[in-house]
Amino acid sequence: MNRTALIVCAVLAALIPLVAGDYYINLSSQILIAAVFALSLNLLVGYGGLTSLGHAAYMGVSAYLSGWLFLKFGMGHMLSAPLALLGTTLMAALFGLVALRASGIGFLMITLALGQVLWGLAFRWVTVTNGDNGLSGLTRPMPFGIDLTGALPFYYFTLIISIISIVCIAAFAYSAFGAVLRGTRDQPRRMLALGHNVWMVRYVTFITAGFWSAVSGLLYVYYHKFIHPAALALTNSAEVLLMVIAGGTGTLIGPVVGAAVVVLLKNYVSAYVERWTMLLGFVFLLIVLFMPDGLVPGVKRLWMRFARRRA
Amino acid sequence: MNPGPVMALEVRNLSKSFGGLPATNDVSLAIAAGERRLIIGPNGAGKTTLFNLITGDLRGDKGSIKIFGEEVARLRTDQRAQRGLARTFQIITLFPRDTLAHNVVLAMLGLSPARWDALRPLARRRDLYEKAREVLARVGLEAVAERPLSQISYGEKRRVEIAMALAQNPKLLLLDEPLAGLSHEERQGVQALLAAIPRDITVVMIEHDMDTALSFAEQITLLHYGKVIVEGTRAEVVAHPRTREVYLGA
Repeated sequence: MNRTALIVCAVLAALIPLVAGDYYINLSSQILIAAVFALSLNLLVGYGGLTSLGHAAYMGVSAYLSGWLFLKFGMGHMLSAPLALLGTTLMAALFGLVALRASGIGFLMITLALGQVLWGLAFRWVTVTNGDNGLSGLTRPMPFGIDLTGALPFYYFTLIISIISIVCIAAFAYSAFGAVLRGTRDQPRRMLALGHNVWMVRYVTFITAGFWSAVSGLLYVYYHKFIHPAALALTNSAEVLLMVIAGGTGTLIGPVVGAAVVVLLKNYVSAYVERWTMLLGFVFLLIVLFMPDGLVPGVKRLWMRFARRRA
Repeated sequence: MNPGPVMALEVRNLSKSFGGLPATNDVSLAIAAGERRLIIGPNGAGKTTLFNLITGDLRGDKGSIKIFGEEVARLRTDQRAQRGLARTFQIITLFPRDTLAHNVVLAMLGLSPARWDALRPLARRRDLYEKAREVLARVGLEAVAERPLSQISYGEKRRVEIAMALAQNPKLLLLDEPLAGLSHEERQGVQALLAAIPRDITVVMIEHDMDTALSFAEQITLLHYGKVIVEGTRAEVVAHPRTREVYLGA
């Protein structure tokens, strides 16, 4: 995605509150939070070829850390936010050592196992996590003294953080390191022979993905002012993987589109059908059948065909 | 055994077995700097296994590998590449979705600290792409430098394999059947290319095509069942009775 497209999208996103009420503004905030989450996973899945089924771990732990630091020590957001990011990134550095002993299915299973350990911990370690009741009574930060309680200010806050995240992730993807990362995805053996330390490239990416996931976790906990073990559940990890695959792996805009599709479906359909995940599964099935590489590359291809026929 | 100048590649008593089957059996080689060495042998003689041991794709069971005097048997593949070792693959191992220039840039990044730059856009590194085009020109591919690799012919891909190795300015270059699957005309082109490799690069080549191979190499090593059977100059090896035995089954 080039710079003009990014600016156009940002401006359009900034204009949403002009035409939408609080419900849709909140929905847009949710989409942005999910988009940052999906973009962070896409670093691993799309650019690194490392499919993780435990990415909720970093989102959940950063949310828990932020909440726990506030409830336990009464810590302000200025301090708790960087600490939550740091703690989660360090955890990614540790988990990466374990998970990257494998690639492919092995990697997927280890990330899944690590995620499940944390999920179990969130349920059982009641003194810290308050178990199934979750941590409630949390607050939103007040950057520069601006109150984020309302839907509108919080949306703009989320939008700014999201744009920063997207720009940084795009820079990462288009950098020399990003090119090397894609190389390790396509031909790891060749990359080794060329002098690239494939393991280290993957490890750095793993930690980076953990960091941006932690950023989305902070937005998540600020939005809900509540955190529950469900945030760490396998369904959350699977959902974000679905967003990435449905939108288009290894593209910048794909995960954002995927996030929008999943969040919208979830909110609309769950109002009418209790088993909304079934419909989500059905939609996913259709995408995989007709656009196996995801919505964004699929639509792009359709558009090219259409344009060629008109020309 | 090792008097005089430092060898470009010195392999000693190298062995590797796969489940009791020795693929490389007590191989010792010494290749001088600037030498052109040909490794021949029938299918399954352990030629590619030997290459994989030298590059680090495989770990030997025992033995030593020295590149310009430095023991590398315990190093990772990428660390050996950092020390000036480059290789081409028998089976094309390239990046089909990317342009030829990008393929070569990935090769150059392998030895450049710029590969850890995670901020600045790679596309803006015009110097790298400029140099990549120069390298592609050396193998006669500058006209298709901006094409995706998947769109060029098999023979051209073979040239890209060589270009990627040359782009790294290696001290020691291992060529694994650089002529495999090429037509007669393509062979001559690649042959000229190989002949033009500067003398400060030591070249070890596996090749089946005897005519080309023999004209290229000064020294020949014949492998059979993982063992060095005959070694010497072109004339010596060709005249050796064991060579005839191995190749003609006499």
